[in-house]
Amino acid sequence: MLWYQIYISLSLSPIPVSLSTVSPRRATVSSFDQLTFTMAESNPDANSNVSRKRRKIDPDSDARIAAETGPTRWRTQAEQHIYSSKLVDALRHLRRPDSGHAVRDAADRVLAASARGKTRWSRAILTNRLSLRLAHINKKHKKAAKPGAGRSRSRKVAAQKKLPPMQKKVKVLSRLVPGCRKVSLPNLLEETTDYIAALEMQVKAMTFLTGLLNGGASAAAFGHSGQNFSSS
Amino acid sequence: MSSRRSRSRQPGGSRISDEQMVDLVSRLQQLIPEIRNRRSDKVCASKVLQETCNYIRSLHREVDDLSDRLSELLDSTDSDSAQAAIIRSLLM
Repeated sequence: MLWYQIYISLSLSPIPVSLSTVSPRRATVSSFDQLTFTMAESNPDANSNVSRKRRKIDPDSDARIAAETGPTRWRTQAEQHIYSSKLVDALRHLRRPDSGHAVRDAADRVLAASARGKTRWSRAILTNRLSLRLAHINKKHKKAAKPGAGRSRSRKVAAQKKLPPMQKKVKVLSRLVPGCRKVSLPNLLEETTDYIAALEMQVKAMTFLTGLLNGGASAAAFGHSGQNFSSS
Repeated sequence: MSSRRSRSRQPGGSRISDEQMVDLVSRLQQLIPEIRNRRSDKVCASKVLQETCNYIRSLHREVDDLSDRLSELLDSTDSDSAQAAIIRSLLM
């Protein structure tokens, strides 16, 4: 119970990430680990009690599930920590010459994986990487084969229905959120809220990593008598 | 594009109620810092959508910038020592 309460408070009050101080974050993470450990310890006690206790726990578990799967969980320090370490791991295995595009791909992939398949945009990102290449090839073939047909069709549809500005914006938004082009409006807005929260966490985590690498680079330069000159 | 047609043919069967729309839009409103900071109570839905699109685009740009910088840093610094330092600091 206690663990759950603290977890909720963590997710509701976002802790600002400070690049310079490492210890407060360390303390938060270790206390989080301790709390999960105590929860595991106290579980057998809770389960061995009468079913009355079980019923009491149920409404809590509902709220806990909501906290874990809602967009608020992207704001927890723990989630950011997990994402950063997974991203570092993925970047280490990037054996290609590190282009910005490759890093962006890896970051998106890790972000989508962290969503655990619960949202549409995350599933779209993970399946997109394969189908994107195929789509590019198909598009090239289609454009070469029928240059006129596509254009005339879009002109016809546009003449039939003059888009209200609202619909236009909805369409633009649906194109921005991956995998949400044919999704109903309430679902789209739902996906958008989760996507924005996830993107914000991604930015925070990558900023943090950049800061670490900057700090590491300057330290290394200092130690190895300035062979790598960092521009921090 | 069938997204235009889907407005009249909701997969749920019924049109969205106004209340539902207002609720969703207000939730979206809370997330966008631009609108949150302006402190105006009534922001029309199209403005919220516009700001949402702008915000997502700016977040995408930021991620692109950061990934470019990260790739530069990963290229320039000595891979083993820097990344080992990161991993150590992250795991402890």
